[in-house]
Amino acid sequence: MDWQALALSLKLATVTTAILLAIAVPLAALLVLGRSRWLAAVEALAALPLVLPPTVLGFFLLVLLGPRTAFGRAITVLLGHPLAFSFSGLVVGSVIYSLPFAVQPLVAGFAAVPPALVDAARLLGATPPRLVRTLLIPLARRSLLAAAVLSFLHTMGEFGVVLMLGGDIPGATRTLSIVLYNQVENFDYAAANRTAATLLGLSVVALAVIYLGGRSRRGRHA
Amino acid sequence: MLELALHARRGSFHLQVECRFASEWTVVFGPSGAGKSSLLRLLAGLDLTDSGRQEHARIALDGNLLTDSSNGFRLKPGRRQTSMVAQQSALFPHLSVEANVAYGLHRLDRAARLKRVREMLELVDATDLLNRRPQDLSGGEAQRVALARALAPQPRLLLLDEPLSALDGAASDALLVRLQLWLNQHHVQTVMATHDATDALAIGAEVLLLHEGRLAALGPAAEVLAAERERLLRRLKSS
Repeated sequence: MDWQALALSLKLATVTTAILLAIAVPLAALLVLGRSRWLAAVEALAALPLVLPPTVLGFFLLVLLGPRTAFGRAITVLLGHPLAFSFSGLVVGSVIYSLPFAVQPLVAGFAAVPPALVDAARLLGATPPRLVRTLLIPLARRSLLAAAVLSFLHTMGEFGVVLMLGGDIPGATRTLSIVLYNQVENFDYAAANRTAATLLGLSVVALAVIYLGGRSRRGRHA
Repeated sequence: MLELALHARRGSFHLQVECRFASEWTVVFGPSGAGKSSLLRLLAGLDLTDSGRQEHARIALDGNLLTDSSNGFRLKPGRRQTSMVAQQSALFPHLSVEANVAYGLHRLDRAARLKRVREMLELVDATDLLNRRPQDLSGGEAQRVALARALAPQPRLLLLDEPLSALDGAASDALLVRLQLWLNQHHVQTVMATHDATDALAIGAEVLLLHEGRLAALGPAAEVLAAERERLLRRLKSS
């Protein structure tokens, strides 16, 4: 087992999930509570990574963050190093790639809160941040959990974006998925089995948390 | 005094009302589908008019503009000093009765907040419900708590959409008497929508008769609802 790659994958998934929740909660609230016609375009944009091949997304990000664009050159000047082929670059790519996995459960959860409750809170003077904090999040806890777990798992298993944007640098961009690919390429099926089993085990445990949590809550309300 | 000029479409339904409520308590009376709830939602600022669809709204309370669509002005629902209680109590299910009633009082300190919560629950005869959860309340209890929650921030305009439908007749009458007294003392302009003529007659307030989204009559209950009153009396005599 490549423990360094496992630690890097866990670190990448944790950082990505934290950033995603910070972005996805207000974005999902805006999509549910907002009235602007432009929000349909924002929702489509947030869902784009679902249908975009990861390698395509990785390629665009590689070009955007590289020295060929003014944006990429500005980032390099600002950070002192290019984002491509670095852990920070992987975080940027992962956040974009996993965005729909955080936004969509939250939109579904927030939209399920009865509009009469939202109206009541607004009439009682709740600002949008207070509405989210005191009403939407407590009433959509399971969606928040689902968003966190799905974002984490999706990042753990990410391959195309990581390979295009980060390459294969041990300790910096070599994640467990890259290790698995290398092991298969080297016909080391025993090691590949262990790596794959680790990723599978993590997925099963995380999904069990979501579904068992949901069942016990339904059981209490039955 | 509440002045309103509303011209709004909801699908094929067309709401067109222009009037001035001189009395502190106005009952909006009309059958289901007459546009009572649409009217209240526009007053609350919860629904918007769309100028692209030839809709407009102008609402002023005691001379202060709440909505004027002609120049795109609309005070947000939480800044209109307006509360609303609907038939469905819409209590927050994850909060206790105390936290529900205190929801609109977040600017008060804890002691003042608790004092106001107790006062409001006392007004609606629900002090024993303080620590209960909404799911443990009956329909009538939930409506009492919703009323206490709406009154707690001491609004200038109170909108009631059949708010006592889950209470039995005697309890509803007793609560209405206490409510009227409190609202008069605090100078709260009240607009209550109902399709029950007995409610409108019992309050004895100004009545706006709404028919298919249009103002059919506005005046004292005894005049506007004279025909309804006769119909109710005939039913009582024949039974």
